Amino acid sequence: MSKPSFVRRAALLFGFAFLYAPIALLALYSFNASRLVTVWGGFSTRWYVSLFENEQLIASAWMSLRVAFVSALLATVVGTCAAIALTRFGRFRGRLAFSSMIYAPLVMPEVITGLSLLLLFVALDIPRGFWTVVVAHATLGMCFVAVVVHARLITLDRSLEEAAMDLGATPGRALLSVTLPLAAPSILAGYGLAFILSIDDLVIASFTSGPGSTTLPMRIYSQVRLGVTPEINAISTILIAMVALVLVAGLALGLTGRGRRA
Amino acid sequence: MSRAPLIVFENVTKRYGAVTAVDDVSFEIGAGEFFALLGPSGCGKTTLMRLIAGFETPDSGRILIDGQDMAHMPPHARPVNMMFQSYALFPHMNVARNIGFGLVQAGLPKVMIEARVRELLRLVQLDGLGARRPDQLSGGQRQRVALARALARKPRLVLLDEPLAALDRKLREETQFELMRLQRELGTAFMLVTHDQDEAMVMAERIGVMQAGRIVQAGSPRAIYEEPATRFVAGFIGEANFFEGVIERVEGGRCFVRLNGSGALAQALFVGAPSASVTLVVRPERMLLELMHDESAANLTGVVLDSAYRGDREVAQVRLADGSMVRVARFAAEAAMLPERGAQVRLSFAPEAAWVLPA
Repeated sequence: MSKPSFVRRAALLFGFAFLYAPIALLALYSFNASRLVTVWGGFSTRWYVSLFENEQLIASAWMSLRVAFVSALLATVVGTCAAIALTRFGRFRGRLAFSSMIYAPLVMPEVITGLSLLLLFVALDIPRGFWTVVVAHATLGMCFVAVVVHARLITLDRSLEEAAMDLGATPGRALLSVTLPLAAPSILAGYGLAFILSIDDLVIASFTSGPGSTTLPMRIYSQVRLGVTPEINAISTILIAMVALVLVAGLALGLTGRGRRA
Repeated sequence: MSRAPLIVFENVTKRYGAVTAVDDVSFEIGAGEFFALLGPSGCGKTTLMRLIAGFETPDSGRILIDGQDMAHMPPHARPVNMMFQSYALFPHMNVARNIGFGLVQAGLPKVMIEARVRELLRLVQLDGLGARRPDQLSGGQRQRVALARALARKPRLVLLDEPLAALDRKLREETQFELMRLQRELGTAFMLVTHDQDEAMVMAERIGVMQAGRIVQAGSPRAIYEEPATRFVAGFIGEANFFEGVIERVEGGRCFVRLNGSGALAQALFVGAPSASVTLVVRPERMLLELMHDESAANLTGVVLDSAYRGDREVAQVRLADGSMVRVARFAAEAAMLPERGAQVRLSFAPEAAWVLPA
C-alpha cells in the first residue's frame, strides 16, 4: 500500500467526523455548567448529579437494563438453538424456508414488527408491561444471535462432534462439552448484540410497553419533546459509553475466538 | 481365519440417493487383527468405516460386533473408537483432557483417569506434554494425541482413517512401524482405511481391496500381490503388465497361451480350457529382458523408451512391436544394468511369473 495521500486522509477524517462529531458534542455538553444546552458555561458534572436525583429517569434506565438483560438472555437461548438446528440437522424439510424466515426480522421495518407484536398481544389479551417488551426484544434479538452463532458453527469441523460421540459422549453431552464451548465467543457476542439492540430500541418498545414499563429511550424521547435539558446529554453519554464498552468486549471476544480456531 | 470374528458384515448396503456407496458387502475382521481397507477415493471405504463407528446406518444388511447386532446402537455405545483423518482434537482442551475425554464420559474416578492418561502419554511418547494445547503441537505429535485418545477406552477395534496422510514421507514411514508395534503390544484390532497401497502392504496382516462399493478381494498382502482376483486389483496393488491371449493347449499342469498382438507363445502354471481367452498378469520385476542379438529367435520384442535409476531398483518402459507398453523393473543390486534408451530388447517371463485371469 502506498502512503495515504492528503485527499484520502481528509476523506477519512471527514467520514469519521460526520459519524462522531455529533456524539462528541453531545458528550461534551453533558459537562456543561450552563442550563442552556447550546451555550458553553464552563465544566461541571452537576447534570450527572441531578441525573441521579431524577427518579423517573433512573427508574426507566433500570427498566431498560432489566429488559435488555432478560430479553438478551432469551434471545441468546432461542437464537443459539435455531443456529444449531440450521447447521446440524442436515437438510430437513423446509430448511430453506426456515433459514430465510429467521433473517426476515433483520430487514423488517421496526414499526411493522412493533405493530404486529402489539396486535398479537392485544389479540391474546395479554396486559402490556415488562414481559411484553422482553418478548418483543427477544424476537428481534434472536435473529441477530442466530446469524452470529450460525456463522461460527458452520466453520466448526463436524468431526469434532463426531469424535466426542465416538468417545462415549451422548449427542447432548457432545453439544455441551464440545460444540457450545467452541461457539461460546460467538454466543457471547450474540448476547452483547441482543443486549445493545434492546437498550437502543425505541420503536418496538413504544408499541409493546404498558404503563410502568417505560424504557430509557422512551423516557428520553418524551422529555426531549418538552425541551432538551443537559440531563438528557448526561444520560445519553452514559448510554453511549455502555454500548461502546459492550461492542469493544464483543469485538475482543470475536478476535480471540478467531485466534483459537487457527 | 483362525481367530473368532470381531466384526461381521452381512450383505451391508448403503445408498446416498442414487449413489450406492457400499454395495452388498460381506466380510469379517478377526479379534486382534490388523486389517486394511484399501481403495481409490470414492470407493466407499470411508462410508464403510463410518458404518462401523455408527455415524451411518446401513440401508440393508447387518453389522455385528462381538456377535451383537449394531442396528440400534448409537456411536457412543459402541466398543469401537476412531482416529479421524483431521485428528479432530478438541481445540479448547489440553492434550491430557483430550486423551481423557473418553474416560470422563465413561464416568471413571479422577485418579484413575489421570493414571491412564499418564500411561497413554508414555505409550505414544509424549510424556510431559499433557498441559499443551493441540495448536502448540507439531503434526506428528497431534497424530499421536489422536491415537492415544482413540486407545484410551481400550476399544475392541480402532478405526484409523488415513492416519498418516498429513505427515511427511519420512515421519510416515517411522509412524507406520510405530503403529504396528503398538498394535502388536496392545493386541487390539486395528482397521486402517487408506488409498496408499504401500501403507496397507507394510502394516496390515490382511487387506480388503475396495472398488465401487464392493470388496473385490480380501487376503494377505502376499496373496493380493501375487494372486490378484481381478485386473483392477492387479493394477491397483503395485504395477502390472497385462498380456491378453488365448489358451492353445494344456500340457503337464501348464498352459500355452498365444498372445494377441505379438503372437508370442507364453506359458503359465495354470490349467484352463483350450481356446479360452485369458489375461496374463506379470509384475515388472518378474519380466526378463535381454539385448537382442538373434532377431529370428524372439517374438516378444520391443524398444526401450525410457529407463530410470531409482536407487533401490531400475525401471524401464519398453514398447512392444505391436505398440503396447511393458514395464520392467530390476533390483539395482543385481549386476546387470538395464539397457539404455533405444536399445532393441527381447522380453520374456517364466511360467511361474504369470498369473492367469479370465479375460
